[in-house]
Amino acid sequence: MTKGRVWKYGDDVNTDVIFPGKYTYVLMEPAEMAKHALEDLDPEFAASVRPGDVIVAGKNFGCGSSREQAAACLKFAGVQAVVAKSFARIYFRNAINLGLPVCQSIEASEHLKTGDEVEIDFAAGKIIVGDKVYAFPPLPDSVIGILAAGGLIEYTKIKIGKK
Amino acid sequence: MGQTFSEKVLGKKAGRRVRAGDVITVSPDFYLSHDNASAIISEFRKLGLKNVKAPEKIVIILDHIVPAAAEKYAQNHKTIREFVAEQKIPNFFDIQHGVCHQVFSEASFALPGKVIMGSDSHTTTYGAFGAFSAGVGRTEVASIWATDEIWLRVPETLEIGLEGKFARGVSAKDVILKIIGDHGADRANYMAVEFTGPAAGNFSLASRMTLANMAAEMGAKNGYFEPDDRTLEWLKKRARTDYEIIKSDPDAGYEATLTYDISKVEPQVACPHTVDNVKPVAAVEGTKFHQALLGTCTNGRMEDLEMAAKILKGRKIHSQIRALVLPASREVYLEALKKGIMEVLSEAGCVILNPGCGPCLGAHEGILAPGEVVLSTSNRNFKGRMGSRDSEIYLASPATVAASALAGKITDPRKYL
Repeated sequence: MTKGRVWKYGDDVNTDVIFPGKYTYVLMEPAEMAKHALEDLDPEFAASVRPGDVIVAGKNFGCGSSREQAAACLKFAGVQAVVAKSFARIYFRNAINLGLPVCQSIEASEHLKTGDEVEIDFAAGKIIVGDKVYAFPPLPDSVIGILAAGGLIEYTKIKIGKK
Repeated sequence: MGQTFSEKVLGKKAGRRVRAGDVITVSPDFYLSHDNASAIISEFRKLGLKNVKAPEKIVIILDHIVPAAAEKYAQNHKTIREFVAEQKIPNFFDIQHGVCHQVFSEASFALPGKVIMGSDSHTTTYGAFGAFSAGVGRTEVASIWATDEIWLRVPETLEIGLEGKFARGVSAKDVILKIIGDHGADRANYMAVEFTGPAAGNFSLASRMTLANMAAEMGAKNGYFEPDDRTLEWLKKRARTDYEIIKSDPDAGYEATLTYDISKVEPQVACPHTVDNVKPVAAVEGTKFHQALLGTCTNGRMEDLEMAAKILKGRKIHSQIRALVLPASREVYLEALKKGIMEVLSEAGCVILNPGCGPCLGAHEGILAPGEVVLSTSNRNFKGRMGSRDSEIYLASPATVAASALAGKITDPRKYL
């Protein structure tokens, strides 16, 4: 398990503040996308985020556009997972498809704060901070295979016999 | 207990009776993408396949940054045109046609009973015609191009019953803003929304599109209106392929039913920076703004332009306001030209933009500077969406935007009607 620091945000963090629309039709390299992550929500984030850090937010994380760079930019910035009370539907699919783990936990969302050092045990469904443990439900069977393959492209390659 | 529309249409595709919560794999009827097709192409290339599985199901409509505003966008468009030729994709609409959701509907891919996936969150719009249509990401569409399949969770359904008639100066946009303001931006997350009741039947197809479009702003997977005589009338002139009208059973199981008497709805405004931060226009009356935007896939159809022209006819836009008009499609543009609507709007001082997404997503044609405010008929007011992170977006109906552009501040449109 990787230790990471928490970056805490509120409800309804939308795709435009995670990754602005003005960049979405420019094909960007991963490192470049990471530089713009959360640009319009927290201009400090991209410069200070470290590999393994965890985003913790309230309800409806990722609402808005279908742009999957809003999941990709966080992954490329080194974020190990997003913990939220709930995820917007398209964001949830995009995160899984790109191999960014998403954990749904109302309790963790309410108690964790910026700067907390956390570890996440994905197999056991546990978020560990000090001596506190927050459980999160396992992902649906339908998506576990996609995450295990490393994302939808790899999963599809297996399905069509290209791997 | 009976079945909802979504359970029926997805069950038909899955080949078995399904219930909300079931996970199924389906072969969609059509898959839409736009300028982001270039990103889909690069994902598709990673799969190592020579050809897409079903080119006739792919619909690509260039709309987001048209004509190309910079070399990088021009390259995206070029990549897409080359791929369309290489893969013999028959349904390609280049930059002259308009916003994808309007063009897709006019070209009659939005048909009752079809299952449509699109790489755009407002793909929900086609529920106005009784289709099941949902937005997905780019990688997802690349996978669909390769396999002609997608997994879907059958959604629960939220019923929104509409009754009564619009009060003067009130339109579909006010109704959907009121609903989103009352219930929040995630009320329908993962769910289908069915708009029912006598008022839904009285809505024009354009108004139904406004509601189904903005169902996405409640988190909905899809929106739905039961096809009726108005739908059939539209399809009679346009449908080129077979379709099947699928309706919810009278005893369908809904997650909840909300009801609205639309005659009691007043003009509404969504304030920065979330779509559910909705207030009656009276609460924000007098708010200064700099730019007005009339149009987009939410409100860029004939009834919207006609409403604005009714208010603007013979008058002049306030000297401190820049007013942009963005017809949803070339078809709308032409009809508005022929009816003299464009003349009225231009004489009032509006800038007429080419059909497309324009400034709605903040890439070109009317970007906001720090400290600027826009009043728009579009569907999203997230921070920084139309330019600077220090700008603000208010959302309202075409009538409110037109009246406010005259007054130079947010104004109740009923004063001008």
